[in-house]
Amino acid sequence: MTRTEQTLQDVVIKFAGDSGDGMQLTGQQFTNNTALLGIDLATFPDFPAEIRAPIGTLPGVSGFQLHFSSNKVYTPGDIADVLVAMNAAALKVNLKSIKPGGKIIVNIDGFDAKNLRLANYPEGVNPLEDGSLDNFEVIKIDVTRLTREALKDFTDLGTKERDRAKNMFVLGFIYWMYDRTLDTTIAFLKEKFGKKESILQSNIKVLQAGYNYGDTTETFTTRYKVEKAKLPAGTYRSIMGNQALAYGLIAASQKSGLPLFLGSYPITPASDILHELSKHKAFGVKTFQAEDEIAAISSSIGASYGGALGVTTTSGPGMALKTEAMGLAVMLEIPLVIVDIQRGGPSTGLPTKTEQSDLMQAYYGRNGECPMPIIASATPSDCFDVAYEACRIAVQHMTPVILLSDGYIANGAEPWRFPKSADLKPIEVKFAAAQQNTDSKFQPYLRDEKLVRPWAIPGTAGLEHRIGGLEKQDITGNVSYDPDNHQHMVKTRQEKVDKIADYIPLQQLDSGAETGDLLVIGWGSTYGAIKSAVLELQQQGYSVSHAHLRYVRPFPKNLGNIIKNFKQVLVPEINNGQLIKILRDQFLVDAKGYNKIMGIPITKTELITEIKRILQQK
Amino acid sequence: MSATAAPVNLTAKDFATDQEVRWCPGCGDYSILAQVQKVMPTLGIPKENFAIISGIGCSSRFPYYMNTFGMHSIHGRATAIASGLKAARPDLSVWIVSGDGDSMSIGGNHTIHLLRRNFDVNFLVFNNQIYGLTKGQYSPTSEEHKITKSTPYGSIDHPFNPLALAMGADGTFIARSMDRDPKHLQETLTRAAKHKGTSFVEIYQNCNIFNDGTFEIFTEKATKLDEGLYLEQDKPLIFGANKNKGIRLNGLQPEVVELGNDFSADDLWIHDEHDFYKAQILVRMFDDPHKTGTHFPRPFGVFYETSRPCYEDEMALQIEEVITSKGKGDLDKLLRGREVWEIA
Repeated sequence: MTRTEQTLQDVVIKFAGDSGDGMQLTGQQFTNNTALLGIDLATFPDFPAEIRAPIGTLPGVSGFQLHFSSNKVYTPGDIADVLVAMNAAALKVNLKSIKPGGKIIVNIDGFDAKNLRLANYPEGVNPLEDGSLDNFEVIKIDVTRLTREALKDFTDLGTKERDRAKNMFVLGFIYWMYDRTLDTTIAFLKEKFGKKESILQSNIKVLQAGYNYGDTTETFTTRYKVEKAKLPAGTYRSIMGNQALAYGLIAASQKSGLPLFLGSYPITPASDILHELSKHKAFGVKTFQAEDEIAAISSSIGASYGGALGVTTTSGPGMALKTEAMGLAVMLEIPLVIVDIQRGGPSTGLPTKTEQSDLMQAYYGRNGECPMPIIASATPSDCFDVAYEACRIAVQHMTPVILLSDGYIANGAEPWRFPKSADLKPIEVKFAAAQQNTDSKFQPYLRDEKLVRPWAIPGTAGLEHRIGGLEKQDITGNVSYDPDNHQHMVKTRQEKVDKIADYIPLQQLDSGAETGDLLVIGWGSTYGAIKSAVLELQQQGYSVSHAHLRYVRPFPKNLGNIIKNFKQVLVPEINNGQLIKILRDQFLVDAKGYNKIMGIPITKTELITEIKRILQQK
Repeated sequence: MSATAAPVNLTAKDFATDQEVRWCPGCGDYSILAQVQKVMPTLGIPKENFAIISGIGCSSRFPYYMNTFGMHSIHGRATAIASGLKAARPDLSVWIVSGDGDSMSIGGNHTIHLLRRNFDVNFLVFNNQIYGLTKGQYSPTSEEHKITKSTPYGSIDHPFNPLALAMGADGTFIARSMDRDPKHLQETLTRAAKHKGTSFVEIYQNCNIFNDGTFEIFTEKATKLDEGLYLEQDKPLIFGANKNKGIRLNGLQPEVVELGNDFSADDLWIHDEHDFYKAQILVRMFDDPHKTGTHFPRPFGVFYETSRPCYEDEMALQIEEVITSKGKGDLDKLLRGREVWEIA
């Protein structure tokens, strides 16, 4: 039989199945394999909040989308070229996100009467048989039967244990389809199941069976190859957002010489930062799983007060609980990094779905006049730089800093040209020095040219002083109810945060001319979608530029001037319009919003449509 | 203590600040402040190594009057802030000053978790059984049926027994003292400071504005000896104006007995602060002192002391062990990870 090999530039594949089908692991394995070939990629895991929703049901569907390409990749892809559907529910949930003519690989065992009923198909209707999938290329594989067949000699394994290897069959088949080798996954399995020989061997066996199935079954005549991407030269690895963020914190600790202290309470989707940091005790990292969100931030404040790099990590509802303590940190004027991995809100909202939900909360959500710098990460690897920068601002400006990321970046992966430790700019920190002459009283709120007060840590002779949440007299730090002092201190705390603008880079345009018809301003995880949409429109001749904000408070000093050079401004956000309110407030600009509040990212396609609509409107 | 712990001759004066003390005249807090200022110089710890963390309430003004490092934080969270501080800086002598509202109500959660983790800190709870700073509402330790601003028809809350709560949270040092007994308070604070682990000290403190005289029965000459029981290690539980009463254990039941014909000191319960089970019973001697008829006196002193590893030490040990087995963290190795690829 003749086999052809076709080279593709760009593939979006989605693995979907029941929460128990191991689709996240399958996706991650294929991602690693892809990354090691130097192919560019971006991923989007999409899973239910319940650990195990009822098997076979629509809410139980777990998905993992991977976009890989020999070109630069900015998003996990709007729509899939290939869908792997392990059961009827997985097909139903994802049917609208497959390209017409795309491939659907189904496990036919997941389409029996019971699964069809659980997926709410009407009695007697089977999408594999009623012609409703005629616009797609459907590849039916009886994964369950073939898996059991492959494992018939593994008599020590029960049916349940054998069936658990189903995902390896699919993965093996996909490896064949994209002309890959199995070594990365075999190495992974060895590490994972090293001590459980028969589980290890059974998984390898099924993986190979899936691969061989592609190789020997004559129905499949084409294999696909995606070439290495033309990325800047260097050494790369694959990285997920929360992991990069944790590394950024460790790097900041190492390069500042401050021991890292994380006070945290588990919350989706931020817990992985706590997990990651707790592994790295070799760096002297102290992780404290507190009794609640309030204790988490309070313990970090205590650690910072003692001279550590205090960090707390959370998500929207936890941010709300930390509010009062953030106010204390503002009043104390001590360093602290508050990481908010945003998710759909309000209240418990959509714990596993993404949303740029908390900019308003971060900006305004405290009692009194309580300004705090805000910094936002745009992509998984960007979390590293942003975490490093948040620590720098916190310790050099003696202020709590809010870092906003979200579920989409947190769990997404991309290739990362990681930095060398020596290339990271050291973070200079100075503690106030001991005073032997006790006649001159230490002044805890005496400020330098940045309006920053000294970091005077307990244990330093001669610096004994009291701080607290009550209004302080400037310079002395004594409690003060003086009206003029309060006005002065409110203005000073604001000015201190505003002055940070002198110590951050100017805003650059991500792409496009400096003047034009439309400026698209984004922040956070919309980066990839905006970037790819704007690049495509520029190629089509549209006068559109893109600015993406890392520094949300204070804004870079030149942002106002950039905005003035455009006829119109569009602000796409995964919320009901938050950055746009701040931009309108500060720059009196008649910006337009594009707001998607569905718990999923904005796609390139819808943004292109929206930008064209705006540009044709005038 | 820390490397800077050179013997220094400090006095109470060294621990006073230039700030005007602003508690109401006659407040029990003045006495507690004086006793802390007397105890701290005797501990052999350099002044700069003390950090006093407080929450919100009258008692929480305390740090302003102490010439040490201090933080007047937010309501109920002093315990959590102190936990982070001690975790980051085990070398410091960390003191928490809190009240019944701050530690038992808004900060109740952090109180129990501090105790179970057993950070080596001293936790002083000024209990006046009232909300003073907010001008007179009942607190979680107020007696039942209390008439206050927020309970004009009497409170219907059942009060906490702070020591029983601390015992329940596996506290390793549990004591009670009072503002009106300076010597007892100094001794108790000294014991607390020397204990390695969280030292929970409930201090009965008179609020002469909103709850005046609530502990009078334990402090006035006419009643104090009959209503108070002073615990001493290895000594029988004897009380009464004429030392004529004692507590004996009848199985698991404590009983008040008259000394004389039927019972002698040899029949009595001998106090052993290391006895976990006896301490459980002792903290439960919490009768209303105004009850007529036979009832238990209120014990004062150290109820219980035991030794358990402290959180901050275990935390440091774990780091040490990892560094010993894996070596110090290498940032470049971390960033590189296990699998990389080159793009030329």
